[in-house]
Amino acid sequence: MRRSLIRWSLFLLAAAVFSLPLVSWAQLTKADLDSRLKMESHVGNITGHAKDGAADYHRYCEGCHGVRGDGNGEVAQWFDPPNFPKPRDFQLGIFKCRSTPTGTLPTDQDLYDAISRGFDRSGMPIWNTFTKQERVDLVAWVKHFSPRFVSEKPGTAIQIPPEPEVTAERVKAGREVFARVQCWKCHGVTGEANGPSASTLQDDLGRPIAAFNFTEGSRPKCGDTDQDIYRIFMTGLDGTPMPSFADNIKPDEAWDLVFYLRSLMREPSKEKAIAQQLGLKPVDPNAPAPTQ
Amino acid sequence: MKTQYKFVAVLSTVVLIACAALVHMPQVNAAGEGKITGTVKLDGPPPHMKGIDMSKDPYCVKANANSTPKMENVVVGASGGLENVVLYISEGLSASALAEKSTTIPVFDQKNCVYTPHVLAMDVGQTFKVETSDQTAHNIHPNPNPMTGNIPWNQSQPPGAPPVEKSWKAPEWIEVKCNIHPWMHGWFAVVKGPYATTDANGNYTINNVPPGNYTVTAWQEQFGTQTAKVAVAAGGAAKADFTFKSK
Ligand code: HEC
Ligand code: HEC
Repeated sequence: MRRSLIRWSLFLLAAAVFSLPLVSWAQLTKADLDSRLKMESHVGNITGHAKDGAADYHRYCEGCHGVRGDGNGEVAQWFDPPNFPKPRDFQLGIFKCRSTPTGTLPTDQDLYDAISRGFDRSGMPIWNTFTKQERVDLVAWVKHFSPRFVSEKPGTAIQIPPEPEVTAERVKAGREVFARVQCWKCHGVTGEANGPSASTLQDDLGRPIAAFNFTEGSRPKCGDTDQDIYRIFMTGLDGTPMPSFADNIKPDEAWDLVFYLRSLMREPSKEKAIAQQLGLKPVDPNAPAPTQ
Repeated sequence: MKTQYKFVAVLSTVVLIACAALVHMPQVNAAGEGKITGTVKLDGPPPHMKGIDMSKDPYCVKANANSTPKMENVVVGASGGLENVVLYISEGLSASALAEKSTTIPVFDQKNCVYTPHVLAMDVGQTFKVETSDQTAHNIHPNPNPMTGNIPWNQSQPPGAPPVEKSWKAPEWIEVKCNIHPWMHGWFAVVKGPYATTDANGNYTINNVPPGNYTVTAWQEQFGTQTAKVAVAAGGAAKADFTFKSK
């Protein structure tokens, strides 16, 4: 009798001591979960609420992005990179299209734009049939999958100076930037995604990925205005080999580079006409590297 | 009955005091700091390291014209010493010792199209620097698990690029890659507290260790971890040697 009482007391005591950390852990994750379900998003003067986006997500997004947002929806298995990149894993909180520096979270506006725009050369559809409110709610629901959106703030969007006038000098200068920072290592000297490193490129999850081909008339995933293209190489596409050049290209030079990239693209443009007039040749991959 | 209650009461007190002691480790000041030294060796034949084909980039081929670059997953010195092993204190450091941050800035260089050093160790929150000595463009792309709190980033470093300065939030073995040169492969070894990396002979010294009893962990990228217990006396040097077995 005595023995068993002591044994019981000991057992209870041990249980109490060991469960203390468990209790606080459980509380933490519940609090974390609660704050995730309360996730909001703000685009313009519209506020989105995660729970209001859940139904649309379930109906329209889950098949690809998965119930848990981990990118493993039912049809994800049919996506075959590099030509068909896999749906994004939202739990990681890593996004391609950002106005914010590499390594930081995108703004709500960035996610809103990505959803509205869709992704060319991928299975990600254009979702511009949703109302603005519905899309902002979806942004909040997308964010709720990643603990990062609870613990971190989005990065500060980069500043894009006003776009200057396109001139022959600028297109020529842009070619020099393309040569100096060696975009051609991946994109190729003619922009055909056939640079010396193109064939071995992999994304952060070890899947093959193709560099962007400027010459075949496809739309950049993160938008195709001049501002979008400026933003793409000054922030990088996180989760992919496409790095940020923010430390290596000055804002004014960045515009020169945008103009040169336009001259590589298939669509007729002022830049393309200028390059033709000047007889601009592709950069020489064997020229000694000019330093900054 | 009474004795049982007494027993439980005494036991509870003991547990409580033990918990309090754990939370409130004695404060130690820097004066009596000791160190942990030792050698890490490889037992058995060193695994074959593949040669690197750098023909993607003529600059890299030229830069290595007088050497035969090899993978560096396992680097063994003349006397069997293992290079690039990271040593750190995995148990026993007080909160105040952990709070002490080194002001040195470890440097990771991209030189002749390889990372030097191959493994860069650092403390959580410690600033480190990535430089390039090369006349070809690299992109520096660490790939941590974002669930740890460490967030991946990817920055280009063309010739003459300014250094990139960063730090990491959580302990993790972070793989570093260059997508332009797929053979480039290195590590950021992020640990909590003082650390050391073995030299070409497998020797190491962890400095600034307050007196106490510790578990030292040795980490090697291919062989994993090993641990040893040491006792550091005030101003003294404790010794911990490790041997990894190659299969
Ligand atoms: C048919 C499959 C499919 C459906 C349905 C789908 N997506 Fe996607 N989504 C993708 C793929 C594939 C990608 C990755 C594209 C890439 O990486 O190039 C993606 C990427 C994204 C991204 C990442 C943006 C970035 O910058 O990285 C967001 C956000 C997103 N989807 C939101 C949604 C939302 C919201 C819905 C529902 C309204 C949805 N998706 C429905 C396939 C899909
Ligand atoms: C290490 C290889 C690499 C280098 C160097 C590189 N890129 Fe890229 N780039 C990529 C990859 C891979 C993609 C495709 C990413 C994707 O589709 O998700 C890409 C995509 C792009 C896109 C299209 C993005 C989109 O939204 O679809 C543009 C524009 C671009 N790069 C411009 C540049 C410029 C300009 C430079 C030089 C300043 C450069 N890149 C250097 C690998 C690289």
